[in-house]
Amino acid sequence: MGDREVLLDVQNLEYSFDTYAGEVKAVRDVSFQVMKGESLAIVGESGCGKSVTMQAVMRLNPEPPGRFKAGKIIFDGREISKFSERQMQSIRGSEIGMIFQDPMTSLNPTMTIGKQIAEVILKHQKVSKAEAMKRAKEMLDVVGIPNADRRINQYPHEFSGGMRQRAMIAIALACRPKLLIADEPTTALDVTIQAQILDLMKDLQREFNTSIIMITHDLGVVADIAERIIVMYAGKIIETGTSDEIFKHPQHPYTWGLLKSVPRLDAQNKEKLVPIVGTPPDLFAPPVGCPFAARCNYAMKICYEAQPEYTNETDSHKVACWLKHPYAPKVKNPFEKEAYTSEG
Amino acid sequence: MLNYSLKRFVYMLITIWVIVTLTFFLMHMIPGDPFTSEKKVPEQIRQNMLAKYHLDKPLIVQYGYYLNNLIHGDLGISLKYLNRTVDDIIKQSAPASFQLGIQSIILGVIFGLLFGIIAALKRGGGWDYFSMFLAIIGISVPNFIIATLLQLLLASKLRWLPVSGWGSFKYTILPSIALSFSTLSIISRMMRTSMLDVIGQDYIKTAKAKGLSQLQIIWKHMVRNAIMPVVTVLGPLIAGIVTGTFVIEQIFSIPGLGKFFVQSIYDEDYSMILGTTIFYSVILVVMMFLVDIAYGLIDPRVRLAKGGK
Repeated sequence: MGDREVLLDVQNLEYSFDTYAGEVKAVRDVSFQVMKGESLAIVGESGCGKSVTMQAVMRLNPEPPGRFKAGKIIFDGREISKFSERQMQSIRGSEIGMIFQDPMTSLNPTMTIGKQIAEVILKHQKVSKAEAMKRAKEMLDVVGIPNADRRINQYPHEFSGGMRQRAMIAIALACRPKLLIADEPTTALDVTIQAQILDLMKDLQREFNTSIIMITHDLGVVADIAERIIVMYAGKIIETGTSDEIFKHPQHPYTWGLLKSVPRLDAQNKEKLVPIVGTPPDLFAPPVGCPFAARCNYAMKICYEAQPEYTNETDSHKVACWLKHPYAPKVKNPFEKEAYTSEG
Repeated sequence: MLNYSLKRFVYMLITIWVIVTLTFFLMHMIPGDPFTSEKKVPEQIRQNMLAKYHLDKPLIVQYGYYLNNLIHGDLGISLKYLNRTVDDIIKQSAPASFQLGIQSIILGVIFGLLFGIIAALKRGGGWDYFSMFLAIIGISVPNFIIATLLQLLLASKLRWLPVSGWGSFKYTILPSIALSFSTLSIISRMMRTSMLDVIGQDYIKTAKAKGLSQLQIIWKHMVRNAIMPVVTVLGPLIAGIVTGTFVIEQIFSIPGLGKFFVQSIYDEDYSMILGTTIFYSVILVVMMFLVDIAYGLIDPRVRLAKGGK
């Protein structure tokens, strides 16, 4: 990862929502980088702050109630966290594209697909309306929608779910952005369509050399597309590493829990799926210690009292867990065993 | 589309026929006849008068006469205004009411939409409270109070505009404003509600992620999606206002149609009652038709559903 340039650099991001009930600390001290042309996945269960993090980068959250508390966001050499709303408008859609979870509701029902694609081109590039429509049609071709001539004048309700998500991708990529943020892009689609959309995203990434940040809770999607993975829990990054490192040598008990709760084709014998018991902590008053301690089978006294520091497993693999402390009892990593047997 | 319009036209005729029939028979159930309130006349004269207007025939025969005349575009002779046909009265009084109604609708729609949109965008702020306060005033305070206040302030005290009467454009300003208050209130409240709904939609987030400015998002993505409920109420609202309003026209001494709606019932002026009812229902039914067409223009999903059948 050292040979590629940094495209997005998020440093110590803190993001909160001010509600009547108090401050919800949705993102707490999150730092990560995305390289040019890289695909990164942010994984975690609902409410762990993964979407909020990316919406903070795009500044899409209504503020108030949202509030950027601390940190720096540097995109392509510019500190965009200091940008004005107007400057952000010139970045959104042109340099950072975004697609959302539900294609059924993410397109304006009263505007033709063609106009919705052309709109973003017209906003960011000095072209005529006719030229913009021509490019919109090309984008429909690019994302694999047949009969673009006819489709361009149709409305979202005339498209199927998968087609709409393709149209969303066309909108997001129309201005050839350097970064594509995909917020659970396949969650609302059925499985066969999911695979098509993921393939399309991979193809387009190669073609346009776009970096992708994929927000998801679906580890199957992650394995398919991501080079690097960030695991978030209760507004914090608890483990990060390359796809191989996270899937083959996960270190955090929460990551183990995540991996054990999805079915695996390569399982040696009929393993039972194990759910993670309990619910994530209340972000109105996040715990002082490790946020996962209350649900962790290996929790020690220290876990409830202080936040664990990050431990480097390798250059790219970091984990925040007290089990990594030299004085901690040695715990058998359920995935290392499997990894060793499969290799040896 | 032509097929659909034709079908709608037939339905419109049926609707009007039903209204005419119901009104006709209900009206005759009111005790007395058009001459009850006149001074006592000899029985023979009374019989002659009834005979002149076919009122001595069985009800069903009268109904037949009326329908036959109606098909030929004849609304009959007023039983109260000597030698004046209902057609003439409507033709003479409707334009004033119509002008007033249109002006007040335009005022009400423009400011209603504006207030509603701003209130939704600045939800919980000063503008929101101001425009919703105005809306509550507009709905709960009767328009004759607003009318007299306007007369007092703008005409009597400041002498900017005439107190009442009819003639040039300046006479229409005060009554138009007074009439527009209720329209404005209804529309601003509806627009606020549906804007709040649209603001939370995912496609607004998409629009923002495209880098559009707030103004572009409001104009291109919010208003068109939020305006449907307003269009729905606009049909009956327009029909009600352009056919004249009794109170406002009385206050400003406007020679409009409004008073005939009320007076004809006191007079039991059968042909006048039917005439005004038909006039109102034709306008209402036409407005409904226009609203349906507007639906299709605004929301493509409606268009498809109809074209498919």
